[in-house]
Amino acid sequence: MNRSMKNALEMSGIYLIVLIMFAVILYPLVWAFSMSLNPGTSLFALKLIPDNLSLEHYQWLFTNPRSNYLLWYKNTMIVAVANGLASVSIISILAYVFSRFRFIGRKNSIYTFLLLQMFPVLMGMVAIYLLLNTVNLLDTFTGLILIYVFGGLPMNLFLVKGYLDTIPRDLDESAKMDGAGYMTIFFRILIPLAAPIIAVVALFTFMAPFFDFLTPQIIIRSPEKFTLAVGLYNFINDKFANNFTIFAAGTILIAIPIAVVFLLLQRFLISGLGDGATKG
Amino acid sequence: MNPKMNLKKATGEQTQIGGRPDGNNHNPVLATLLSLIPGLGQLYNRRWIKGIIFLILGLSLIIALTFPLIHGIEGLFTLGSDPETEDSRGLLVQGLLSLIVGIMFFGLYFLNLKDAHKDATKRQQGVRTPSMRQAFHDSWEHGFPYFVVVPNFIMMALIVIFPLLFMVSLAFTNYNLYNSPPAHLLDWVGFANFKALFTESVWSKSLLAVVAWTVVWTLVATTLQISLAFFLAVLVNDSRVKFKRIIRTVLILPWAVPSFMTVLVFTAMFNDTFGAINRDIFSHFGLSIPWLSDPTWARIAIIMIQIWLGFPYVFTLITGVLQSISKDWYEAADVDGGTRWKKFRYITMPHVLYATAPLLIMQYSYNFNNFNIIYLFNKGGPPVSGQNSGATDILISWVYSLTFKENNYKMAAAVSIIMGIVVAAFALYQFRRTRSFREEGMY
Repeated sequence: MNRSMKNALEMSGIYLIVLIMFAVILYPLVWAFSMSLNPGTSLFALKLIPDNLSLEHYQWLFTNPRSNYLLWYKNTMIVAVANGLASVSIISILAYVFSRFRFIGRKNSIYTFLLLQMFPVLMGMVAIYLLLNTVNLLDTFTGLILIYVFGGLPMNLFLVKGYLDTIPRDLDESAKMDGAGYMTIFFRILIPLAAPIIAVVALFTFMAPFFDFLTPQIIIRSPEKFTLAVGLYNFINDKFANNFTIFAAGTILIAIPIAVVFLLLQRFLISGLGDGATKG
Repeated sequence: MNPKMNLKKATGEQTQIGGRPDGNNHNPVLATLLSLIPGLGQLYNRRWIKGIIFLILGLSLIIALTFPLIHGIEGLFTLGSDPETEDSRGLLVQGLLSLIVGIMFFGLYFLNLKDAHKDATKRQQGVRTPSMRQAFHDSWEHGFPYFVVVPNFIMMALIVIFPLLFMVSLAFTNYNLYNSPPAHLLDWVGFANFKALFTESVWSKSLLAVVAWTVVWTLVATTLQISLAFFLAVLVNDSRVKFKRIIRTVLILPWAVPSFMTVLVFTAMFNDTFGAINRDIFSHFGLSIPWLSDPTWARIAIIMIQIWLGFPYVFTLITGVLQSISKDWYEAADVDGGTRWKKFRYITMPHVLYATAPLLIMQYSYNFNNFNIIYLFNKGGPPVSGQNSGATDILISWVYSLTFKENNYKMAAAVSIIMGIVVAAFALYQFRRTRSFREEGMY
């Protein structure tokens, strides 16, 4: 077999594998999308390519008085934005301290954080429920946001710290020589340089409320405060087969904006995670 | 104190003190002892402002907290005596919080003693007391990391550590559906729950099944998802492949779509009766596979779904690392006549694994705790006779259903302690690796 034959064969092998992966990845997504366009609610009669497309389920979400979809969307946005902002500010300054300062208890706090990130928040849910109850934060967004911010803190902290460790210390030391204070160094030098990983953390923490249905399920009681995940989950859990088409429509409307943001930030994801991992 | 001794010392070191007569008869031990009442030692050190702040803060904390703390810790022991007025859960929460606050309190108290001792020693050696402005500046300069870390640590203690302690405590009580506050009081029962867990047939059978499946699930799903990701990342990174951007974008898609939705979509697709997989694919071969009702098929389905969901993250990670490997390595290998397999084995593999090992290990711990997929797919089902756990239940989802479905808090807590031990052992192992991994520069 000559060289170019072999080359061509290899390339078609690679493309074949990629095509198979495309099929496996896209099949469920396309299926869900076509469900949302199928008229009627019965899953038994559904077809992958519907005979006549209809937007009735999308209309239902926005116009039917029984639909709380817009409310859930608003709630989730509030929680997501607050979680993203709070997490990014707390995590970046903590990472700065852990990366640049030597202080008593530093090593032990790092170990504590490393250990804590291993325990799922779920294990302590009963206690969190009672705790929030005692301080009157049960069934409030504040309580939910607090749990998100501090529950997700250790994991993201290490992403940012690892990234900051890769930025040469000479930069902040020479700035210090020029009389810059800690906060100046932090805001003017480290934050701009660490932008890729901070974007990644902002994305992760912003999306957490969209993905998580468990925490709000336990903390949020009143239906008008449901986030999308809980709302849709309860909606489909009542009558799985009958509500599925509407559920599909509701999820598509969440998935599209998130996927778009995600794919736009793809470059950051690859470089941020890669660099943090290489040297962190 | 012996005045003669002081005089002798004072004259001996006159020059060094430089005209500060009270310099070296200053006694660090005395300062420390005085600080047993916070602030007095600091006043003795002539740090007036600091002393007054410590004194006021210390005394008010002692006055305000001592009684509630003792009361709280007392409640922790008794768990209440009168079901009419007391709620054991509340007492437990208060008791644990008192314990945490108490420990922090003693920490502060100890720091106060240490501070008095340190300042006194400095004074004894003739270091000038800093001016107030200087003192504020210093405390910002040296205290900055503490100002940042301490408040966050306190919040972490409340939201992460306290709940874990609470869970641990519940495992030693008799808290379940039939004996639950506010109607009943809880009691400490020692290791009775653990004994039941290991000796009563329903529990020990369930525990064994769940632990076995948790291990299999964690190892198989994670390893497959990493291998697939590695394989694809290397393929797509091949310099001859065109349309890299589009390929990568599609391969990242499963990560970009919220997983709770995709899992529910899969649940519908795998449905035994109307699911698309049976209807569209397997019906052509005359097959209908009971994905949700047969334990083995349910497990296979759930592993496949996790691979679908989980590989894009690892793929992204590895792609990032692959792009950072210098081309020189491969060119050098070409010169030496290295085969493709050798290049992969001796350049790519070590690079990628070295760079991503900690994050890959985290993938294992992530799947160990991957509640979402298990619960959303089939709620841990299908049920298995003679067990109170489902066939696909992993430890965390079993704990969830024991807690929130059966309200069997004591057993849920006992199971989660076992889980905690596994997690902690794993974490210790990882620490040791990480430390040896990157000794220099990291910590």
